[in-house]
Amino acid sequence: MKVLRYGDRALLLDLGDGASPLAAAALARACRAAELPGLLDVTPAARTVLLTLGAGVDPAEVRRRLTGLRPDQADQGSTAEVVRIRVRYDGPDLTEVARLTGLSPAEVVRLHTASAWTVAFGGFAPGFAYLAGGDPALRVPRRDEPRTRVPAGAVALAGEYSAVYPGPSPGGWQLIGTTSARLWDTDRDPPALLQPGDRVRFEELG
Amino acid sequence: MIEVLATGPLVTIQDLGRPGWASVGVGRSGAADRAALTLANRLVANPEGAAALEVLFGGLVISARRHVWLALSGAPAPATVDGAPVGHHAVFPLAPGERLRLGRPDSGLRTYLAVRGGIDVPPVLGSRSRDTLSGIGPDPLRAGALLPVGPEPGELPLVDQAPVPVPPGGPVTLRAVRGPRDRFLTDPRALERDGWVVSTRADRIGLRLTGRTVAAGADAGGMASEGLTRGAVQLPPGGEPVVFLADHPTTGGYPVIAVLLDADADRAAQLRPGQAVRIRLLDPDSTHG
Repeated sequence: MKVLRYGDRALLLDLGDGASPLAAAALARACRAAELPGLLDVTPAARTVLLTLGAGVDPAEVRRRLTGLRPDQADQGSTAEVVRIRVRYDGPDLTEVARLTGLSPAEVVRLHTASAWTVAFGGFAPGFAYLAGGDPALRVPRRDEPRTRVPAGAVALAGEYSAVYPGPSPGGWQLIGTTSARLWDTDRDPPALLQPGDRVRFEELG
Repeated sequence: MIEVLATGPLVTIQDLGRPGWASVGVGRSGAADRAALTLANRLVANPEGAAALEVLFGGLVISARRHVWLALSGAPAPATVDGAPVGHHAVFPLAPGERLRLGRPDSGLRTYLAVRGGIDVPPVLGSRSRDTLSGIGPDPLRAGALLPVGPEPGELPLVDQAPVPVPPGGPVTLRAVRGPRDRFLTDPRALERDGWVVSTRADRIGLRLTGRTVAAGADAGGMASEGLTRGAVQLPPGGEPVVFLADHPTTGGYPVIAVLLDADADRAAQLRPGQAVRIRLLDPDSTHG
């Protein structure tokens, strides 16, 4: 792991190009658990974790504390409940995903629902969770032309990730289905349905 | 209670934001110029993170339903109470029925109006800030809005006026720490060269620098998304850098080639479209604090 300076109030922990997003999620959890001095926020992403620090915190001190960190990837989600999301697989890109993967649409649905996904990190919009750890056969590129409006509850695939769009927004992911699950509700505690580390099972609505 | 009678281009309620939600896609938000917000709050003896009004380019008119103490900071918008000028960086009273009117500032972009007791709208996720990117927090103000004012703090204002410089109108030099992704640059010092101008594409999310471009290597496009902070200088494919401000996205997929010092991110929030900017790069190892 490389520790990179990021201005005077942050450090970027870089796990390298080959790292898994679940490793970054485990590192983010370890950083939170370590009660690092002056830590304001932790931003896990695909290969990195950004630590944002408060005023008057010495990044060198935080950096020293990081050397003792032992992220345990095995603990992820093991105690967390599995969040079940019921999906109607009626997305406009389902046949395109089938073509890109060489599977039938039914096979795409079967693989999407066959195993649990894990929330690696959030971003893009409140409640948008990047789910990793799915079947590698489902890896597809983003659409060449992003849509200007993707509806709330759209279930999507892109790269190694699956996700559910929390609200209407532009988007370039391949849409395979829809759910009525509320991914984000500011008045709910917690407001995000999916927290980093949570495990998610998609279930087909008959 | 404060009544909003008119707004300029944009008036939002801001405090020091809601850090801690980045992992579910919500940024910190908060005042774009935090030093100005905390100064206005100190002048009226509020806690420095009390909610105040952030006024973009003047135009605000308010009246109060009860006697309140106010202070202005940030961009020096000419201010009058029932036609009589009141000072910038100074504490002044507003009696029931009197009108405070803010004109266009001569320099800078964002003026802060603190009221003793703070703006007491309900917090959302621990903050009263409007995040213009995610739409979280109280809506931008419109004429007719009534704003509750919190109870006056125990402390009393100690100074009438703070001798603090206002945002300059001429060229501004911003200090930035190099990296973390400057290895993508064909010329690592390219940001330091003269000729940057703030473009018209500038809001609370960020501002684009124009006038020149920075060349990135061919491998810069394949980068995985990573976390962003206020002050991050990101290089999109067009080569015009984007300096992120308070309502930045939590992650981004283009290389961050430098990050402004936190104090200079406040100064960046006061830059106007067309204003000249110089960036002075600091080595990562030479910066502390």
